Amino acid sequence: MDLRSSIPDGPLEKKWDRHRFEMKLVNPANKRKFTVIVVGSGLAGAGAAASLGELGYNVKSFCYQDSPRRAHSIAAQGGINASKNYRNDGDSVYRLFYDTVKGGDFRSREGNVYRLAQVSGNIIDQCVALGVPFAREYGGLLDNRSFGGAQVSRTFYARGQTGQQLLLGAYQALERQVGAGKVEMFTRHEMQDLIVIDGHARGIVTRDLVTGEVRSHVADAVCLATGGYGNVFYLATYAKGCNATAIWRAYKKGAAFGNPCFTQIHPTCIPVTGDYQSKLTLMSESLRNDGRIWVPKKPADTRPPGDVPDAERDYYLERMYPSFGNLAPRDIASRAAKRVCDEGRGVGPGGKGVYLDFADAIQRLGRKSIEEKYGNLFEMYNRITDEDPYTVPMRIYPAMHYTMGGLWVDYNLMSTLPGLHVLGEANFSDHGANRLGASALMQGLADGYFIIPYTIGNYLASNKHGAVSADHPAVKDAEKAVAQRTQRLMDVRGTHSPTHFHRELGKVMWEHCGMARTEAGLKKALQRIPELRETFWNDVKVVGSGESLNQSLELAGRVADFLELGELMCLDALERRESCGGHFREEFQTPEGEALRDDEHFCHVAAWEYTGDGKKPTRNVEPLNFENVHLSVRSYK
Amino acid sequence: MKLTLNVWRQKDARDPGRFVTYQAPDISPEMSFLEMLDVVNERLIAKGEEPIAFDHDCREGICGQCGVVINGSPHGPRRRTTSCQLHMRTFQDGDTLTLEPFRADAFPVVKDLIIDRSAFDRIIASGGFISATIGGAQDANSLPVPKENADLAMDAAACIGCGACVAACPNASAMLFTAAKVSQLGLLPQGQPERMDRVRKMVAQMDAEGFGSCTNHGECEAVCPKGIPLGNIARLNRDYLRATLSWGRRLPGAAGGGPG
Repeated sequence: MDLRSSIPDGPLEKKWDRHRFEMKLVNPANKRKFTVIVVGSGLAGAGAAASLGELGYNVKSFCYQDSPRRAHSIAAQGGINASKNYRNDGDSVYRLFYDTVKGGDFRSREGNVYRLAQVSGNIIDQCVALGVPFAREYGGLLDNRSFGGAQVSRTFYARGQTGQQLLLGAYQALERQVGAGKVEMFTRHEMQDLIVIDGHARGIVTRDLVTGEVRSHVADAVCLATGGYGNVFYLATYAKGCNATAIWRAYKKGAAFGNPCFTQIHPTCIPVTGDYQSKLTLMSESLRNDGRIWVPKKPADTRPPGDVPDAERDYYLERMYPSFGNLAPRDIASRAAKRVCDEGRGVGPGGKGVYLDFADAIQRLGRKSIEEKYGNLFEMYNRITDEDPYTVPMRIYPAMHYTMGGLWVDYNLMSTLPGLHVLGEANFSDHGANRLGASALMQGLADGYFIIPYTIGNYLASNKHGAVSADHPAVKDAEKAVAQRTQRLMDVRGTHSPTHFHRELGKVMWEHCGMARTEAGLKKALQRIPELRETFWNDVKVVGSGESLNQSLELAGRVADFLELGELMCLDALERRESCGGHFREEFQTPEGEALRDDEHFCHVAAWEYTGDGKKPTRNVEPLNFENVHLSVRSYK
Repeated sequence: MKLTLNVWRQKDARDPGRFVTYQAPDISPEMSFLEMLDVVNERLIAKGEEPIAFDHDCREGICGQCGVVINGSPHGPRRRTTSCQLHMRTFQDGDTLTLEPFRADAFPVVKDLIIDRSAFDRIIASGGFISATIGGAQDANSLPVPKENADLAMDAAACIGCGACVAACPNASAMLFTAAKVSQLGLLPQGQPERMDRVRKMVAQMDAEGFGSCTNHGECEAVCPKGIPLGNIARLNRDYLRATLSWGRRLPGAAGGGPG
């Protein structure tokens, strides 16, 4: 398998400029002769569809929701990083690059991350031009705040709704192209398969979620911007509809899957309350700027938080990581929370929670100032828990939040399958083994607005394909396979709903492939998941018909794919015999309980290659070279 | 808790639809309203019946995809709360809940509680944007925005496009939705060049979609889960009046300059 990253030679700061010059261009008059498919309408997808439409390409954009504005980028609360150095606090492109490589625990590509830092400033400029109402100071200039894992204030925000505002900006740019006739929008359509002709991605097969119609769409290139696969854990901070079907079908058609076990558990989510629970809700990391995290020093202390005197509280992050304190990176903060709860010091029902306390901040800054900064988050917390965080500390616990792994891509965002490009969270590229706060929005928009518009031109100019007719055998075969699969799901007529299987899979994944992983646990999961998959295909119950809107059928198809992907994640976690970032193998830790990397054997990307159903996939390796940031033990002490 | 649900069931857009009554025993007050529907649906599937179709996605009150009329009120009884953020502790044991889709001519029913809100996308596509081509932007701080205007713009921009305003309005008007976008972009210096053109086009599209006119009932603001202020409609009306008076000629007085 060809895993050349295609990162240009030369000094780090010149690579992207050089590459942009060396790439081929498509003549403006020729752009309208090319059709590009974009699947997904979040920051990466809407950004790409809008940019490519503006350039003059014919774009077909797809989303499963009723409108592109619903994509789950909308739920990001905290902010977006950019190395503007507006605060005069020593930020620079190089510092953002350095923090991101270190934050990712040295498992990302230097070249990609540097480019991300380089375009970060352009993103803010572009968003402001599109009318995104970022927070401002009284002088009218943009405000910033600090975020986990960084010692400078480089995060731009729009109250607690930054993702919403950035997405609506991209959505409006997209709708402008829809109005101009350059983008054709397909809502309530789900991609079910990838069409590959002569080794190149040439289209997709979709199911119209309203009519059930299965239809193919051909194109000159395909972009997947379908987000992450965290819903494999069932309970996650993802939207209910988020799924891995598009990337999974692409994997099965030949695109390698990079680092599937790299998942992010977010430290500040509202704890689970019962079996009926359908999702977990994040409380923005920005809260850690003013909230102090603590548990009682004594185990099984059931006193109300207000009755525990300060001397009997353990502000464990401040104690363990004095220089970063409550702003330690997410993986570290999550594991620390798990550790204190495992010691029996957790709070709330079931002991799976820690306090996030604003009492000091309210005393220092006043309630009004806290309200202004976090009002909507406090309100959300109150709606869900019926508790008032202004007077009682919040209870939080880590939850599944983001996947750093995804389809393997080169510097051009192209997968191992020529013509198939992968953007945003769906690819594996920039965050290594742990993503820093406020970096996901940055990467989504970088890929969509500033990278794919260049690199796709190079691909189209270098690969002249003939037109594909809708009758091509590869197209017909893909359509037939989709229809058969739907029929197969309908025909099982078993006894348990798709949700039942999803929940069961989630339990296995959380227990064995969650915050802490062991060889024995992963082996158990690798035995349990195929059993569960087999039961699913013999016992799932889908009611209704395939020819109309059928949410139970949609879910069944997604769960079927999660049941395969979960196995690959466990396999990857088993083979990576080291701890790095969010991937924590209990066998590999320092005496203080920190992640112990093994750079000699695992300083690489694992790119998994599909070899057929029921066969073990092949683990290919792309070595990672660190020429600028030296490999070192990540310390936040 | 034990509840009785009268649910609107409608097979597809052509089906006339009808209410069906379901019993919902063993509901925990800690469940969200949609989790209660999940539980009811799981029970229906177990009996081999088709589950109640309802729209939802993020389940944290921000995507705007969910929306059920509960006992006559879009998103239910709790103010400033989407259907997904509503919790069952809001209701009493033994309550009867009548569940319907958001109703408006411009929002045809797709199935059960699911409606087609693509009219909102078309209103945005008609002019709800700033034409800033990707790549050509100036430095973000070269355009200061008074904090007050930035805050007002953000208040308007918080709209989640759920359509509750339309469902609550006796005229099924989409004024609050349209005005929120007109207002947000009109309050910012970046939005000035297209300001007059934008309001004309968006209002024309709103009318073409079959939404009714605004007669200042204020129901929209009352049910809006994000509390989008009615003042936005006043801003739209002011801009619209100016834009129609200046139809076909340059507008010298437009704030921030630029052609109307």
